Amino acid sequence: MLSSTRPTRRVAARTLQATAGAAVFALALTACGGGSDEGSAEEDGPITLKVATFNDFGYTDEMLAEYTKEHPNVKVEHVKAATTDDARSNMTTKLAAGGEGLADIEAIEVDWLPELSQYPDLFTDLADPELDGRWVDWKVQQATTPEGKVIGYGTDIGPEAICYRADLFEKAGLPTDREEVAELLGGDSATWEDYFAAGRDFVKESDAAWYDSSAGTFQGMINQLPAAFEDPETGEAKDLGDNAEVKAIYDEIVGSVDDDLSAGLEQWGDDWVAGFQNDAFATMLCPAWMTGPIEQNSGGIEGWDVADVFPGGGGNWGGSFLTVPASGANTEAAKELAAWLTAPEQQTKAFETSGTFPSQIEAQESEAVQGFTNEFFNDAPVGQIFSTRAQAIEGAPYKGAHYFAIRDEVTNALNRVDITKSQDAEESWNEAVEKAAALG
Amino acid sequence: MAVLTPQRPAPGSGAPERESRRLGFSQRLGRWDVKLSPYLYISPFFILFAVTGLFPLAYTAYVSVHDWSLLGGQGEFVGLQNFSDVLAQPTFWKSLGNTLSIFVLSSVPQVIIAITIAALLDQNLRSATFWRMGVLIPYVVAPVAVSMIFGRLFADQYGLINSMLGIIGMDPIAWHGDRLASHVAIASIVNYRWVGYNALIFLAAMQAVPRELYEAAVIDGAGRVRQFFSITVPQIRATIIFVVITSTIGGLQIFDEVRMFDATGLGGPDRNWMTTVLYLYDVAWGNQHSLGRASAVAWMLFLLIVLIGFVNFLITRQISTSGAAKKPKRKSITRGNA
Repeated sequence: MLSSTRPTRRVAARTLQATAGAAVFALALTACGGGSDEGSAEEDGPITLKVATFNDFGYTDEMLAEYTKEHPNVKVEHVKAATTDDARSNMTTKLAAGGEGLADIEAIEVDWLPELSQYPDLFTDLADPELDGRWVDWKVQQATTPEGKVIGYGTDIGPEAICYRADLFEKAGLPTDREEVAELLGGDSATWEDYFAAGRDFVKESDAAWYDSSAGTFQGMINQLPAAFEDPETGEAKDLGDNAEVKAIYDEIVGSVDDDLSAGLEQWGDDWVAGFQNDAFATMLCPAWMTGPIEQNSGGIEGWDVADVFPGGGGNWGGSFLTVPASGANTEAAKELAAWLTAPEQQTKAFETSGTFPSQIEAQESEAVQGFTNEFFNDAPVGQIFSTRAQAIEGAPYKGAHYFAIRDEVTNALNRVDITKSQDAEESWNEAVEKAAALG
Repeated sequence: MAVLTPQRPAPGSGAPERESRRLGFSQRLGRWDVKLSPYLYISPFFILFAVTGLFPLAYTAYVSVHDWSLLGGQGEFVGLQNFSDVLAQPTFWKSLGNTLSIFVLSSVPQVIIAITIAALLDQNLRSATFWRMGVLIPYVVAPVAVSMIFGRLFADQYGLINSMLGIIGMDPIAWHGDRLASHVAIASIVNYRWVGYNALIFLAAMQAVPRELYEAAVIDGAGRVRQFFSITVPQIRATIIFVVITSTIGGLQIFDEVRMFDATGLGGPDRNWMTTVLYLYDVAWGNQHSLGRASAVAWMLFLLIVLIGFVNFLITRQISTSGAAKKPKRKSITRGNA
């Protein structure tokens, strides 16, 4: 659901943030029926399937009861962990213990994949030719191991747009209308230079910063490199010291920090949360699920809007999958249930109940998603905007076993320059290079 | 008792006599009963300790000499490789420095403040129970909740403390930027939680000090302060040792507070407030995914705690006994009363 590429924190507040979008969507419950693959479950006695998810996947009791109606021999039990961290440690511990106690279907986040796909034997292969074309291509690609095994069915994705404060834009003399803002940032051919250039104009006229966090912005930029830190052929880590692409992104961001474009906040930190109330920044990179936390933190603030634009092409941040651990007793039946849960009909309903943006092409094109507007964001047609943003995503970047370790070093380097201001840009980069090399 | 534990008979002469006094089975059973029962009665604790304490300790040692990944499980035997890997990581040494610094900043003021509060609570206060329960309230609050509240106090840009400093015209303190400032902030979270708890332990010990001692001291002309140092402190010596040892163990294992101190929870971009326990967590469940190295860290931390705990024990014993030795008379009174 929410991406753990953002720093994780085990507080209840996060769950609230995660499910924040839910309330808004809950209004329009339509009663469309699923029921595509009736009677295809093995009729060999009653079984109970356990589904383990976290935060809020939008799988309601009614939805699960519907499945039991279609498959009378299958009883579905739903276990929800409060946070992704809880779910992750629970899952890895049990996988390490040979799979004892795992649910028949375990939900995972995209960020766990580099690690889990090193152990493909722990999961049932979910490849199914009948389901070709259900998801956007790159979503399937993310859950496919180098050997071609599909270990997860996609649930939601996080296509990114730009969220902005129209009121702060107005004070600084920038356009406020969402189409004009999209144009200002470069429209269809928006680049990061355009984005930072608009920021430089903005900060001259305003007390607020342009964006919230350099690490968050880095996340958006790095996700557009096809293979940021590793060689996709061999899976070996590239030498960070010679990595010109990453260094260029780093330089561009520290340059914008020098020009006071950054509010110097750590995402999900106390200052960041308080920053929403203190007009600390005017824009932020905005995956579909981020609209929830923004609304949650901005009580009493009016002026947030979403522009249908993203620098450097499309970008995805986060998203989840359903996996079937190989150790389960009823892997065939579990596979069928996972396929049913991730069918467009069910994911459209999940979007309506909890705002998780569907990864299924048919669901994205559905009336319910396309017609959805968000009142808090000045009635922006967010369903339509994020669908367009999702189509702009070209593919999933390669993330191997070294990805997070190296990315964390660069993120730390940025934070040393942007937040703690303990080092200058060059010194901090050199330390990151050194530490990345020491990772081995 | 004497019958059941006979003196060993002299060789030669005793043998025939023993023959004649052969013990019946029930007598033998009784003898075992006396010898073994005390051990059986206390055995549940030791069995439980063996299962939950000793076994993990030994198993951790076993894991620490193997290549052991979180998901991949047991790998090859690597000897002391994990230990040398950990010792070669600068973050480990930084974490040790942080741990010691936060430990000193928390444990020392904690014990001093706690004993002072206990001495005050030991006076004749109105509604004494109210005050005594009051100091325990911070302990009842969940550590994560405490950390969240303090997080808002110690936030760099919009935190309460920096706002106050701004009002009186002082520069804001970089609670998350400066290493020492972050340690002070974390130590104050720890102290907030534990001072009241330790104060109550001290108070319980102080209540057991015979009141005649104070009466005698008053007659001798001793003031409150003199009474505190000459009677209270030596009398609760054992409790002081206990509190110092437990707060040493706790202080070297600080985790919740540092984990919650920022959003990432890994000691900040400079690892300025990463304690050794947090480092251990990061080695095992973070990017290194190495339970082998984490076990090596666990063992080194264990040895360090034993070492520092032992040093503290020697110091506290020294102070207390030297304090008591000056007053041999009072000490003998204590013995009599105890």
